[in-house]
Amino acid sequence: MTDNMIHVHAEKHPHASDAILHPPTPLHASDEPYTAEQLESLHRDCAEILARYPVKRSALLPILHLVQSVDGYVTGRGVRLCAELLDLSEAEVSGVATFYTQYKRHPNGEYTVGVCTNTLCAIMGGDLIYDRLSEHLGIGHDETTPDGKITLERVECNAGCDYAPVVMANWEFFDNQTPESACALTDDLRAGKDVAPSRGAATVCKFKHVERVLAGFPDGRANEGLGAGGPSIEGLALAKQNDWRAPGAQPTDQDQASALTDEPGGPHTGHPHSSSGEANE
Amino acid sequence: MTTLTPVLTRFWDEPQSWTLETYLRYDGYQALGTAFETEPADLVEQVKSSGLRGRGGAGFPTGLKWSFLPKPDGGPRYLVVNADESEPGTCKDIPLMMAAPHLLVEGAIITSFAIGCNHAFIYLRGEVVHVYRRLMNAVQEAYDAGHLGKNIHGTGFDLDVTVHAGAGAYECGEETALLDSLEGRRGQPRLKPPFPAVEGLYARPTVVNNVESIASVPSIVGNGADWFAGMGTEKSQGFGIFSLSGHVTRPGQYEAPLGITLRELVDMAGGIREGHQLKFWTPGGSSTPIFTDEHWDVPLDFESVAAAGSMLGTRALQIFDETVSVVHAVARWTDFYAHESCGKCTPCREGTFWLKQIMTRLEEGQGTQDDVDKLLDICDNILGRAFCALGDGATSPVTSAIQYFREEFELGMHTPWWEAYPPERSALFPVANKETVSA
Repeated sequence: MTDNMIHVHAEKHPHASDAILHPPTPLHASDEPYTAEQLESLHRDCAEILARYPVKRSALLPILHLVQSVDGYVTGRGVRLCAELLDLSEAEVSGVATFYTQYKRHPNGEYTVGVCTNTLCAIMGGDLIYDRLSEHLGIGHDETTPDGKITLERVECNAGCDYAPVVMANWEFFDNQTPESACALTDDLRAGKDVAPSRGAATVCKFKHVERVLAGFPDGRANEGLGAGGPSIEGLALAKQNDWRAPGAQPTDQDQASALTDEPGGPHTGHPHSSSGEANE
Repeated sequence: MTTLTPVLTRFWDEPQSWTLETYLRYDGYQALGTAFETEPADLVEQVKSSGLRGRGGAGFPTGLKWSFLPKPDGGPRYLVVNADESEPGTCKDIPLMMAAPHLLVEGAIITSFAIGCNHAFIYLRGEVVHVYRRLMNAVQEAYDAGHLGKNIHGTGFDLDVTVHAGAGAYECGEETALLDSLEGRRGQPRLKPPFPAVEGLYARPTVVNNVESIASVPSIVGNGADWFAGMGTEKSQGFGIFSLSGHVTRPGQYEAPLGITLRELVDMAGGIREGHQLKFWTPGGSSTPIFTDEHWDVPLDFESVAAAGSMLGTRALQIFDETVSVVHAVARWTDFYAHESCGKCTPCREGTFWLKQIMTRLEEGQGTQDDVDKLLDICDNILGRAFCALGDGATSPVTSAIQYFREEFELGMHTPWWEAYPPERSALFPVANKETVSA
């Protein structure tokens, strides 16, 4: 087989009837106890999480994210910590941890790279991206490169369909991807370069860092990145161009000011409703 | 001709649209002041008479949902915002919270005041870390500005908002599964009744509303119920965000009155991908039966879409042109439902498993004579018998695709989809190497 052969319809591609789209992986527990230091900081963070909820069991999902921020996956010792803190059995905690796809059952790479292969993205090119990336990295779904840098995943619809095909890197958006751009993304991540998502923080953070944010601890990066990408404001740009407004809505000074200065959302010439566009399609 | 009505999307093009400072320039938190001068019961009445129906897919009247809460008994009552947007094709709430989280926060405060809630939760899916940052930031800004906390605006009203990140499970978008998940359990649905209005979060009276529904509340309170009801159709009032994706020239978010048509929207989006024609589309996500090129002019409101055999759902218009294999598209959605089935009830757990087996062999051109009827039979055993709407949703693409494209399913008895519909023709980027692998 050649390097860039299209695998989407190869006989042994991952959707063959004897293959599983999302193969389950066994729990990979760690019996090494936390150090006193780790325990102290975990307890401090858990107290902060518990304070957000009137009933303590609600803290379980964020605490599992917190465990991953320390251990890189849901460890046996992490499960025990949750059980002790929340008065649950370890089975109850494991039952929850195994229900959700973001909780990893074995050590995760520094970066989870997830290619959306739900129908819309898959057809717009996500399947071709996944296949190329899988071959480029030499790993399949939920597997990690030998250098521990990249865990590849097929992800379900991540609500960026207007930017299809979408790739997520540690849950930041990489929009309008191609096989080449996705391979370059993983090359850069493996080389330790700063990589900027299309929509998200200025750079992609490491897995453990992101898991700490998901446990509810802000990292001060909320003001980085775009408010909206082109497709998100496609309709708004068109409305401004045509002076369409909701009934009774008077343009505020703000609207007028931004209408004069902004040309968001990419090219709009040739639009059927545009008063100034030149037909180009 | 229907035109766009940017209300929620109005300032998304601002350089720092997500900040309190920007939101205030667009009259942010003005409606909150108005709400605090109104009796809570009148706010509920106002939202009722606006005609706002749930924007998360089911379309249940929002104000009516609020009015189902029992009379206060001194115990806690909760608002839970469903921000678990995961329905395939649906991509409106995530950009809304990324660009304008304060719309949601202000809506949540007004709603909490209206229903007598002192602790609201926003349950965000975990797979969008930057949106979580933006929401936490907006909530903090609202606390700092005195819109949250104790004795807000000197009214004596207290409210805390907790933003909670999920961990990846489509089922948690179902409102009772969401509540179980928020309580720290596996996200599986609850038997109804009791409905969340009576026994919801922590078995207390709870309102669960979609992000876009709650984000629409400030505009209704600020401009009046009649203003909102004046848009849209008689029974599907107001505006909504329509999300166009797939084979259109300019995919994106288009905020318009309900009742706009696909033809109008695709026209605005620059038409179907150049040189191609519409084949099939979803009006509101993968759980809504597909439409075809017979349905260009169906008004996209709850009643008209239902009359034409589908559901308005989340207005997630996934558009596929003639290069796309409908069997492959449906098979992938079926994989999704089988993967996301929570396992609680037999019809869905087992049914989606078997749908997947059959769809896979049809994809590979190895279907049998009976497979199409077998698919319909399995769907018949899931629809209406599953514990929640996930199972029903799994049948929608299958039965509707067979209805419109039965011959393509029959093709699956001998021809693999990739031979009839080479995938490189559907991709949005040029595929240099057209070499194919022989089986």
